[in-house]
Amino acid sequence: MTKLLKPGGGRADLSFIADWIDRGSSVLDLGCGDGELLAHLARGKGVRGIGVEIESARALSAIRKGIPVLQRDLDEALSYFGDGSFDTAILSQTIQELRHPRDTLREILRVANRAIVSFPNFGHLPLRLQLLFHGTMPRTRALYWQWYDTPNIHLMTVRDFTSFCEEEGYRVLERHYIRGGRVIDRLPFPNLLSEGCIALVTAKN
Amino acid sequence: MRIEEGETRSPPVEEDDTSPGVVETRYFRFAERESDRLLLDSGRRFGPVTVAFETYGRLNRDASNAVLVCHALSGDAHAAGYRDRKGNDPGWWNDAIGPGKAFDTDRYFVICSNVIGGCRGTTGPSTIDPETDQAYGLDFPVVTIGDMVEVQKRLLGYLGIEKLLAVAGGSMGGMQAIEWALRYPDASRAHIVIASTARLSPQSIAFNTVGRSAILSDSDFLAGRYYDSTIPYRGLSLARMIGHITYLSDESMETKFGRRLQEGENFSYDFKSEFQVESYLNYQGSKFVERFDANTYLYVTKAMDYFDVARYYGGGSLEKAMERVKSRVLLLSFSSDWLFPTAQSRDVVKALSRLRKDVTWVDIPSSYGHDAFLLEMETESEIIRAFLSATESWEAAP
Repeated sequence: MTKLLKPGGGRADLSFIADWIDRGSSVLDLGCGDGELLAHLARGKGVRGIGVEIESARALSAIRKGIPVLQRDLDEALSYFGDGSFDTAILSQTIQELRHPRDTLREILRVANRAIVSFPNFGHLPLRLQLLFHGTMPRTRALYWQWYDTPNIHLMTVRDFTSFCEEEGYRVLERHYIRGGRVIDRLPFPNLLSEGCIALVTAKN
Repeated sequence: MRIEEGETRSPPVEEDDTSPGVVETRYFRFAERESDRLLLDSGRRFGPVTVAFETYGRLNRDASNAVLVCHALSGDAHAAGYRDRKGNDPGWWNDAIGPGKAFDTDRYFVICSNVIGGCRGTTGPSTIDPETDQAYGLDFPVVTIGDMVEVQKRLLGYLGIEKLLAVAGGSMGGMQAIEWALRYPDASRAHIVIASTARLSPQSIAFNTVGRSAILSDSDFLAGRYYDSTIPYRGLSLARMIGHITYLSDESMETKFGRRLQEGENFSYDFKSEFQVESYLNYQGSKFVERFDANTYLYVTKAMDYFDVARYYGGGSLEKAMERVKSRVLLLSFSSDWLFPTAQSRDVVKALSRLRKDVTWVDIPSSYGHDAFLLEMETESEIIRAFLSATESWEAAP
């Protein structure tokens, strides 16, 4: 959750995600960063986790915390695991950076029973206004890159994500929104008013 | 382990506070009685065995800080420190073992021993057979990586170590680390496998067999009984030259030698050693002969050829074999290593991942080829230090 939540909430979201993770369960953290979340879950809930992190300095920090880490590309690492290997996979603020988000999410929900997916909402009102009035690619605290150096190649809105899940046959078990750097349970007009979204989804019926 | 051309002189021992200092090789002898013989993978019983070993750092009170370091094909027990106060003869992994280094001797008790079949103090084909009063030569039993581990196990018993913090090694040393994880899953809390494989590939067997052929076809080889006459110099140095090609990479050769000539700029139009890469290989070949035994080369490469843990422990399935693992495992591979390529580490990682074992893997970008595991010390050390230190506290947690 680093990128999006750092400004406002930092640790708040860790305990928030931790609420969705059962004690003693297994977790695959895709893009685990410095391993803070998995370390937190291991300490507090006896969770057995594995992290995937491509960036070497972050992977090293995770190793230092005692987290098993595969320093590989996310798609490749996913292919190592058998079906239903994990209770939960976490894909935090990364789906918009994936080359093939649909295929990758299928893989994630193959190796894990449920996935926690968080992403920035491109339908957020200030973004729409920037595009409308300035006619330039919107930039915000969460999406601060220029069009030419952004890692975000598959941006979407909350509504896009909802229909995507319907098409793919995923059930959204829970959904929360991010606003002002905080996680909130309910929000009117979330596609307009939320900066981002955290959803718990499953491919199972 | 591998001697670089124009070997750098180390600073005097007093000035090097990152070194374990002057170390002495010690010896442990076992399997002297018939009942105590070592049972080899081949089914043969063997003894007596002398093991050459060195230790660095201090064993703590509950004997929980011991790290066993395993050497590669041409290594020996002298892994770190120096032979004398002038700083002569640094250990083959001196960059990795010492105060503040990857294997921090302020924190860990590090052990390294020469493998069985070796020629650097541990019993091998050049050892005198007490029954015949002659060197064993080719009467020495063929040994495996598993047999090497058995010998190390006896050494640990002698040193009073029941559970290691880690077993670590590169190349053939990595094979021993994997073997340890499978043969004695409870004997170590972690295994560090560097630039290695769970199964020697046909390509590597091919290189080994060419090396052995060079030795076997040397007219001085005399069926391995050359100890009282001229040693098979040409065969052994040729084997080493072939080996060295596999330790480098196309890119590292390009950088290190290019097409440069050893002398002048003009071709000599004859078959003398002319290119720098030629003279490098010749140098490595002849250097090696001074300190290594041709029979040991045969035995140790054969042990590597036989290494295939899927076959030995898993009825052909690597995943089945890896079910035995109870420790944390760290694998390091190097992007330009074509002798033990990234894909071979990936196979191990895949098997361990599918079983959801505690596995960490970093493929380190490097242009040095297989030799990288001795050269990319900065990156490698950081990762090993982080992993070892986490492993220490890891088991302390509930």
